Amino acid sequence: MTNQTSISHNDLDGTQVSGLDEAAMLGGQPPVGGTDSNGKKVKGYRPSGRARARSLIKHTILILAALVMIYPLLWMIASSFRPNDLIFREAGLVIANVEWENYPNGWDALSEPFSKYLMNSAIIVIGCILGNLVSCSMAAYAFARLEFKFKKTMFVLMLMTIMLPIHVIIVPQYIMFSQIGWVNTFWPIIVPKLLATDAFFIFLMIQFIRGIPRDMDEAARIDGAGHARTFFQIILPLMVPALATTAIFTFIWTWSDFFTSLIYLTNPSNYTVQVALNAFIDSTGESNWGALFAMSIVTLVPVFLAFLFGQKFLIKGIATTGIK
Amino acid sequence: MSAIAELSRLSKTKGQKSPTRDNKAGHIFLLPWTIGLFLITLGPMAMSLYLSFTDYNLLQAPEFTGMENIERMLSDDRLHNSLRVTFTYVLVGVPLQLGVALGVAMLLDRGMRGLSFYRSIFYLPSMLGSSVAIAVLWKQIFGTTGLVNQLLGLVGIEGMGWISDPDTSLGSLILLNVWTFGSPMVIFLAGLRQIPAMYYEAASIDGANKWRQFLSITIPMLSPIIFFNLVLQVIGAFQNFTQAFIVSNGSGGPADSTMFFTLYLYQQGFKQFDMGYASAMAWLLVIIVGGFTALNFFVSKYWVFYDD
Repeated sequence: MTNQTSISHNDLDGTQVSGLDEAAMLGGQPPVGGTDSNGKKVKGYRPSGRARARSLIKHTILILAALVMIYPLLWMIASSFRPNDLIFREAGLVIANVEWENYPNGWDALSEPFSKYLMNSAIIVIGCILGNLVSCSMAAYAFARLEFKFKKTMFVLMLMTIMLPIHVIIVPQYIMFSQIGWVNTFWPIIVPKLLATDAFFIFLMIQFIRGIPRDMDEAARIDGAGHARTFFQIILPLMVPALATTAIFTFIWTWSDFFTSLIYLTNPSNYTVQVALNAFIDSTGESNWGALFAMSIVTLVPVFLAFLFGQKFLIKGIATTGIK
Repeated sequence: MSAIAELSRLSKTKGQKSPTRDNKAGHIFLLPWTIGLFLITLGPMAMSLYLSFTDYNLLQAPEFTGMENIERMLSDDRLHNSLRVTFTYVLVGVPLQLGVALGVAMLLDRGMRGLSFYRSIFYLPSMLGSSVAIAVLWKQIFGTTGLVNQLLGLVGIEGMGWISDPDTSLGSLILLNVWTFGSPMVIFLAGLRQIPAMYYEAASIDGANKWRQFLSITIPMLSPIIFFNLVLQVIGAFQNFTQAFIVSNGSGGPADSTMFFTLYLYQQGFKQFDMGYASAMAWLLVIIVGGFTALNFFVSKYWVFYDD
């Protein structure tokens, strides 16, 4: 897990993020103490003994906190390579004898091999990412650049749907989708994304488009480009970072989603990894923690990789709109 | 800056007539969203409002029952308990999580050594936290023979079944919420970077100590961000479902101590197929979350300071 450091050195602090108007707020503060605006130590600056002691205390606290935060995860990884009886006796991270069996055991513990569930989750995730990218960017362009009737009303409605609990629509939605025979298909999960119901991504993209100089699209308009061409040829290429943030967040959230897939996918061959893991607990899990841990790790790896490679975009996105 | 700030600003400004020159293009670009709004959001909301006054089990047509569901909610002890559990989770869990998030964000100085490493470590759990695997992990580590008790055993303390004891099971889930403090922390970090350093310099010249600076500069300057995090985390916490479902095998146990409102709603709607009652509950949730959010917005006038 430590190799996270290597990718995140080129991060927001002090790096100018082009196109994001919020970037100014992340990089605009004058230096405090012995650092310059890039966060590098300024030459000739010597911390006093007291400052040193304070920094040492601070790092000790942070390292301890980081260890507490990360230890359960490391321990789960270690435990997934241990026989069942050892999981309840071994609190350390050292694995005496690597027990590989948990992985194949867990993989084939349910009626379908785990690869089936991974595939189901992957299909849903890809559908949701495509849906969000297309529908949200279109809506964002309209809100950020176009003037039309009812715009303010629609904008307020859009912002309010960000805060709407999904539970108030899930019951009628379920009834609706079951009447058109969509229960136990992936459509109830993917179709809402095609219809831009993840409003925070619209908001994220609006914020981003607002940061693109209007001269760009006005120049295109003068050259005779319509809205469609302005959108596809000017705006979309410039908002790639916002699209990347949306894609990564959609990946992580859709992959981790349990509630919707629990409701809509009741047939074992349609299970996503999250529902499969739940089914695993119901069938054998309590007696087979090793295999359960092994499959838990399997479901976490894609999220971890998305985090690892997308962290820069996640932090930018979260600082822009504060989405969870 | 944020959706929340935008909303409170919009509610203050009077509607201006804007030139309507892109009507057609605007509505075409918004077409998917508009369909979604009516078909996926507003339509179902209206339908669930209607269903709230019916008895409906999916098989027979909904039967109008007037106020029966509301009367039932008033006398449903399990529902009252689930509200108590959920409110405890929100009112204890959210301030605790935000407190930790702010504390750690303030420790992470700009340009300090290892900043991005620490930030990654603290941020990671909030990305993993909502998945079933983490709930599985929590169930084990706070179990009778779990990791926590093994570690306590090393220092000679005899642990207990944290998840299986009704007195501590909710606490374990609140702790899980605190563990995911990373996303509000990242937002706090961005906000802290916005506060001009000269404010602190001026304050220390005037002899204000660190605590005084925190109260008189950091808190007011950060108040829009604190408010934003508060609104979002409260809304999120009210809707928590997965962890309670997994640690209790969907039962909300032991002794209904992890019976979150959403879990009870799920049981009523999708286990009992009592869709009318579940709809009434869903609307109660909307009213509660909406009320809380409105209250937050109202109170924010007195403590949130917008610098523009």
